Amino acid sequence: MKRFTWFNATALTLGFAFLYLPMIILVIYSFNASKLVTVWAGFSTKWYGELLNNTQMLDAAWVTIKVAVVSSTLATVLGTMAAYVMVRGGRFMGRTLFSGMIFAPLVMPEVITGLSLFLLFKPVFTQFSAQTIILAHATFSMCYVSVVVSSRLVAFDKSLEEAALDLGCTPFESFRLVTLPIIAPAVISGWLLAFTLSLDDLVIASFTTGPGATTLPMKIWSAVRLGVSPEINALSTIMIAIVTVGVITASISTKRAALRQRAEERAAAG
Amino acid sequence: MTQTVFAPWEDPNETPLIQFKGVTKRFGTFTAIDNLTQDIYAREFFALLGPSGCGKTTMMRMLAGFETPTKGQILIAGQDMANVPPNERAVNMMFQSYALFPHLSIWENIAFGLKRMKMPKDEMNARVDEMLRLTRLSKFAKRKPHQISGGQRQRVALARSLARAPKLLLLDEPLGALDKKLREETQFELMDIQEKTGTTFVIVTHDQEEAMTVASRVAVMDDGKIMQVSTPDKIYEEPNSVYVADFIGDVNIIEGTAKKTSEDGYDILWHDGQEPFHAKTTRQLSDGQKAFVAIRPEKIGISPEKPEGAMNAVKGKIIDIGYLGNISTYHVELPGGVMIKAQQTNTRRLSRRTFTWEDEVWLSWTLTAGSVLER
Repeated sequence: MKRFTWFNATALTLGFAFLYLPMIILVIYSFNASKLVTVWAGFSTKWYGELLNNTQMLDAAWVTIKVAVVSSTLATVLGTMAAYVMVRGGRFMGRTLFSGMIFAPLVMPEVITGLSLFLLFKPVFTQFSAQTIILAHATFSMCYVSVVVSSRLVAFDKSLEEAALDLGCTPFESFRLVTLPIIAPAVISGWLLAFTLSLDDLVIASFTTGPGATTLPMKIWSAVRLGVSPEINALSTIMIAIVTVGVITASISTKRAALRQRAEERAAAG
Repeated sequence: MTQTVFAPWEDPNETPLIQFKGVTKRFGTFTAIDNLTQDIYAREFFALLGPSGCGKTTMMRMLAGFETPTKGQILIAGQDMANVPPNERAVNMMFQSYALFPHLSIWENIAFGLKRMKMPKDEMNARVDEMLRLTRLSKFAKRKPHQISGGQRQRVALARSLARAPKLLLLDEPLGALDKKLREETQFELMDIQEKTGTTFVIVTHDQEEAMTVASRVAVMDDGKIMQVSTPDKIYEEPNSVYVADFIGDVNIIEGTAKKTSEDGYDILWHDGQEPFHAKTTRQLSDGQKAFVAIRPEKIGISPEKPEGAMNAVKGKIIDIGYLGNISTYHVELPGGVMIKAQQTNTRRLSRRTFTWEDEVWLSWTLTAGSVLER
């Protein structure tokens, strides 16, 4: 079969252009010397320099990173626990319902998630802050972690855990010493996924934020309403870079683990 | 030197290490173990043998503590195991998949159980080294499980489960993943290690040859019940039922009706117009009762003429010959269509073989060659 046809090539080009052209333009214009976003006036990195002097932006970036680190860690712990119970817990009343409920937020519109969290937090917290964003982000990214980790756990040989129990581990030790090291690559990818989700969330953060807790996406959004500045382009480029690195690291670590596991299985079969 | 026969099950003063007392295990509506009572003694090499789904693995998992009986009691060294979790039992298990920890080296795998015991460092090092020597793995201590062969992995699994010096070692189809030659070698290694360490071994297997080779006693299981427990030779020579006779080795089962001729002698009428088979048994059967004669193929002689003075002799026609190298199996059709397998050792070269297809031959066996069974 001929793999290269004009149809295939066109479809590929259009598809990738559709996905990445906007971002490429953004990256290019972040190096624009002109103050006008739409007019090219030569290469410059001055907007990156300006960005470093913009304390408001830097504060927002700091809040975003803090929120992303803490919420993704929280989400990873909760998501891993949920995945473990779903895969290992055996059959219990309402298991299907529970697993459905864990995965439902994946398809839930963000506005609804945001609004419902807002309604929940309103009577509980006197004032919204970075903490409320952390809780909100942990809640919605937990299901992503749980999906990644449970797909690894399904392929996990249960007799390894039994062997650990048999050799004197308590159930918790068996999880810590055997299960966790083996599923670690999936847990790490889950964390990175949660981290990037938190990093670029606007909707849910807007619902659950309070005074002094402005995240970068929120800052960008409000700045853009007053007109796009090349500074925003520079900032967005940095964010794209961070997210790209995160996603690539996650996929490489998953792929490596899968390759190693396959090598081990091949060795076991031979 | 007099060698005492190892048979604690015949000594009424001996207390068993493991006692199953009326144990039943149900999974939903499926009964895996059905009201089972069985004793296993210290230093025994006890084999649970049966087809898949007969409950042998469930029995083993209950000993390890991964399953709890629905009804009944399991005692190990006199202690009721009902509320003792797996990590607190002096029992270790060697898993069918070996279940070696892939992220740990061979050394760390073996040391894993010792670390949980909080064993002092020097003592632990010595113990791991001893285990490595016992299983001839010293060279591989630093490797990861995926860097060694299947046979070596099997030995790591054994070393790891023996390291804690358990009272009882459970082996779940330990040799299933090895090829035939390696399996046979390993069987003798297992027996050797069992003898050296003095540990009680309970092995689960569906391979009857394996059970016969390694075990001091074999329990043949079917449908959650133990059909017969005995030494390998008794299981083979004196099966208590058609099921056991048929499960262990090759056997000819001939159905007929019994007729008492003396204190322990019976005639088995198997086909109208044919002379009945004569057999001896300690079983008491009533006249006209349905009975089966089970005869091993190697116990049947095959000759061109009717042998002089044979207690049982019957004429038949060779239908098929299975040549296995060292032995040949002759499928002989008796009058009435009954097929009998008879084995002969090939002491002469194949080209000098006496019998061929369609030959009329006489099959013969002694009074005690066959077992008379009621069911």
